[in-house]
Amino acid sequence: MTTAVLGQDTRSVGRGRPGVHSTLTRGSSVGLGLAMIWFSLLVLIPLAAIVVTAGQHGWSGYVDTLKNPQTWAAIRLTVTQSLLVTLVNVVMGTLIAWVLVRDRFWGRGILDVLIDIPFAMPTIVAGLVLLGLYGPKSPLGINVANQRTSVTLALAFVTLPFIVRTVQPVLAELDTDVEEAAASLGAKRATILRRLVLPSLVPAIAAGAALSFARAISEYGSLVLLSGMLPYKTEVVSVRVYSFVEGGDQTAAAALATIMLAVALFVIVALDIIQRTVARRG
Amino acid sequence: MVELSTPAKWALRVVVISYVFLLVGWPMITLIQNAFSDGLGNFQAAFSDPDVVHAMIVTIEVSLWAVGINTVFGVGMALLLVRYEFPGKRALSALIDLPMAVSPVVIGLALLLVYNGRTGWFGPTLEAHGIQVIFSSPGMIMATCFVSLPLVVREVVPVLTEIGDDQEQAATSLGANAFQTLRRITLPAIKWAIVYGVVLTMARSLGEFGAVKIVSGNLIGQTQTASQAVEQEYNNFSQGEAYAISFVLVLLAVLCIVVVSLLRPKEPSA
Repeated sequence: MTTAVLGQDTRSVGRGRPGVHSTLTRGSSVGLGLAMIWFSLLVLIPLAAIVVTAGQHGWSGYVDTLKNPQTWAAIRLTVTQSLLVTLVNVVMGTLIAWVLVRDRFWGRGILDVLIDIPFAMPTIVAGLVLLGLYGPKSPLGINVANQRTSVTLALAFVTLPFIVRTVQPVLAELDTDVEEAAASLGAKRATILRRLVLPSLVPAIAAGAALSFARAISEYGSLVLLSGMLPYKTEVVSVRVYSFVEGGDQTAAAALATIMLAVALFVIVALDIIQRTVARRG
Repeated sequence: MVELSTPAKWALRVVVISYVFLLVGWPMITLIQNAFSDGLGNFQAAFSDPDVVHAMIVTIEVSLWAVGINTVFGVGMALLLVRYEFPGKRALSALIDLPMAVSPVVIGLALLLVYNGRTGWFGPTLEAHGIQVIFSSPGMIMATCFVSLPLVVREVVPVLTEIGDDQEQAATSLGANAFQTLRRITLPAIKWAIVYGVVLTMARSLGEFGAVKIVSGNLIGQTQTASQAVEQEYNNFSQGEAYAISFVLVLLAVLCIVVVSLLRPKEPSA
């Protein structure tokens, strides 16, 4: 849904040349001013407060936070699990998008709706729902609660829609004439998929992967009930930040949060670049 | 269009359907089974607790506020981003996406650092004037607004770009003032995009957990929200109640996405 439009929209926003003059009227200037005041109070100033609070102790603040073995374990777990889940999504998300666009079978509509459920479902409920099937009372006899696998499972659940919803519209818009031309010229199926279809999907897959990774490293709610939040074992960075906040150590919380913010900003910039590259290619 | 061989096609179907079924479908069925494990008993137990009912009302109130604020901000911001040129526009457009990539816990912490009543940047001044933000509804509304900020903007921007401004210019040249153009031309054209944005914002707001947990203080019967009540019931070994509240929350969320998917194909041009 929202992620689907992300692939196409921002390019139109930035069509103006760099350093363009303003075309604001008096009314729209007031509107922009009001919007910016609210945006600053809500987003910019609070995020700046994190960076400033973290910086109060200079570099040693960051180093001390990162040196803490429990925090370091949380960072390692979060990054490896997020990469793993993003990789799974790159494969499964693309396959799901392919089936949704190119295949016709009964129940495809249900599949389509199921993809959006993780997006709309409250995160705490996501954890509870997965606990029902993969927890201590599992009808399958699989109990991942408080295990490392629970982190993978929860992250795979919450990030499911991202790549599907970025690849799907691109695949649907793809010009199939080229594929037919290639086939009539004797190209094999595998060649067409590898040389024609896949390259045109790469930007969408990359954008979806970036969103999926960003979501995975910042996930909190779905892990609360499922993972048990055990230090050194299933504790992720968000949980670590939360326990710092709860323990009143705002400087440590802010230091760790600054690192997460930097990653988030990096992802947003990467997305922007991907979209602009696609837009330029037409 | 390249056609897969029949075995490959079937293999793909089986892989995709089992993956989605095991990850989403079956857990959903388990949720329904657990919620209705003793008929309506879990629901009666959960919703006869005044604190749970209060949490539900708090959640709906906060969500409605967040939806209202984000709709006004989202439509206004989308109009500014699409119809006007100004320095810093590209940076602003990218920054609006930021809340999607920031952890809810970080969002909660950010608001806490600025608005808490003891050490916050603005908190003590606001409290001196009788406005408590943290551990109170303003903070919860702000946290919810923050997490769902991009949703309306991102629905409206592509539609505004798509329709262009020919009609708006025509209306203006025929003597319509800015307000008339907005009400008669622009808003009707982006009506459905706004509806999608609102529905998505509502779904996101109803379920927000991490950010609200930090700024609300989770005071039972006061600032506790429905998703926090789920956690509390589960940790108090009232799993049936936890599943019952979850079922209601999921029902609302699924209703939201079903409404979106029903509305969407009918208006391909909007």
